[in-house]
Amino acid sequence: MIKPEDIIRIGPPQLDGVGRMYFGEIARGLGITLGHLFKKKKTVQYPEEERPLRVQNYRGVHRLNRDPDERVACVSCFMCSTACPAHCIHIEAGESPWPDREKYPVKFEIDELRCIYCGMCEEACPVDAIELTTEFDIVGLTREEMVFDKEKLLEVYDQTKQVKPRKNPKITGYSYTGKPQQ
Amino acid sequence: MVDWLVIQFHTQLGFSIVLLLVVIPAVLTGVGYSTYFERKVSAWLQDRHGPNRAGPLGLLQPVADGVKFLLKEDFMPAGADRPLYILAPMLSMGIAMLGLAVIPWGGSYQPAGLAEPLQVQVAGLDIGLLYLLAVGALGVYGVVLAGWSSNNKYAFYGGLRAAAQMVSYEIPLGLSILVIVLASGQLRLENIVEQQTALWWGFLPQWNIFLHPVSFIIMFTCVLAETNRAPFDLAECEQELVGGFHTEYNAMKWAMFFLGEYTHMIVGSAFMVCLFFGGWHVPGLAAEQTTLWGVLLQLAVMGAKISIFIFVFMWIRWTLPRFRFDQLMRLCWKGLLPVSLALALVVVVELFFNVPRSYWSLIGEVGVVAVALVAVSLFRIPVTGRQWYLPDLDNRTPLRGGSV
Repeated sequence: MIKPEDIIRIGPPQLDGVGRMYFGEIARGLGITLGHLFKKKKTVQYPEEERPLRVQNYRGVHRLNRDPDERVACVSCFMCSTACPAHCIHIEAGESPWPDREKYPVKFEIDELRCIYCGMCEEACPVDAIELTTEFDIVGLTREEMVFDKEKLLEVYDQTKQVKPRKNPKITGYSYTGKPQQ
Repeated sequence: MVDWLVIQFHTQLGFSIVLLLVVIPAVLTGVGYSTYFERKVSAWLQDRHGPNRAGPLGLLQPVADGVKFLLKEDFMPAGADRPLYILAPMLSMGIAMLGLAVIPWGGSYQPAGLAEPLQVQVAGLDIGLLYLLAVGALGVYGVVLAGWSSNNKYAFYGGLRAAAQMVSYEIPLGLSILVIVLASGQLRLENIVEQQTALWWGFLPQWNIFLHPVSFIIMFTCVLAETNRAPFDLAECEQELVGGFHTEYNAMKWAMFFLGEYTHMIVGSAFMVCLFFGGWHVPGLAAEQTTLWGVLLQLAVMGAKISIFIFVFMWIRWTLPRFRFDQLMRLCWKGLLPVSLALALVVVVELFFNVPRSYWSLIGEVGVVAVALVAVSLFRIPVTGRQWYLPDLDNRTPLRGGSV
């Protein structure tokens, strides 16, 4: 229970006579802004210089990872599309042609215009198949172009795996071609 | 005809015409670059770079802006008062430029072979100062007409505010100018400037700022209000009135208001420079220079002084928050007006004892401020801030579970 004496009363600061003429405060404010005139500028001149992005944290365009056998790592569990708050992930599952899993995505589409880049899909994915990259400067001339399909998302992986390699989790135990798992 | 022109060129009339043809483009260029400079200063004060893409250092930005304004669609709101709607930006810009006529830009020029020196001034009026005051007061017409003719309630409020504000701030402005007029005994701006070119103790120029600093501060405040600059830009207050009087304006008509505001700033700065900072007087040089190079130097010094003022205008704009309208009125009627009246009275007393333009001026000004300070703190006259007749603020917020 909060007692009345515990309540702190905060009113507007009372100025004395000199303060109410505001000269001191105006001078102080002008001094502060004048100081900023000579400070180092904080702007990043974007096309010429770029801010270093934190690769592990940055939430840019999605990619669909490949496993060590260069197959799509997704197992069509629909966890990402369920978690997606923007409903921008469309998956059509099919029976997997490989013995080490039951399903694989026949279609995997992300509407990059609808996506809010929250990263929930990455959080939800049980096999670390979907990840967000540091790519952010994507453009397109039509809305259809901005719906990235499976091939496009795998291509993003091919382009960004140097910058951000896949973690290759051991949970799925892929073993189709007999290649040793990394 | 040609002969006549050649002859006229060596007279004051011809020289004035040539000067006019130089001054107007120069000021318009200055106005254009003031908009650029405004954006640069605002950026610098906020740790940014400002426009730097159009041309080197962004110097072509005003040109790009101008082209944009000229090419934009120019439309008019339905129900607008067409003639007045078109007239308002013209008035705003044109009236602001009228003031350029009487500013003494660079003293006088004595070419070889001429008996009388040529005034580097478009029109040397006997009542130059009164003319400038009158023209400055006309400036409100553009704003009021724009507000009225737009058929928009926000624009209308903007116009109303501008009218009330300008009428109010004219009075302390006039009184603080009166101080200088009385002390110098002159109404010609060039004579007032000339009076300030003398030196004290061989080095300190006799600028009026050293004699009448308080009058200067009052005049500066009033010029801020007259030019509708922050913190007195109530007439175009975005948070309350969308765009204020120019809500319904776009394209070049809007740009005319913008240019008018900056022209007004330049004229106001030139006015203050002439009255308080010795006009074209170069600090360090005692006498007026009448050679060509001397005049050019004086022109440059005048330009530099005006530029410093323009920078201070911008500096203040990007530092101080806007006044509330009642605070604005109170500052004028309860603050500036009594002080400037007292200052005028002090100058009259100095004239009575025949000691104008002496250290008595400074003593008088400081004395008035001291009395004002004592009055404000002893009698608790709130010039700004919360008024004495309002009940105390109880800002306590009842917390959940508490009892207040």
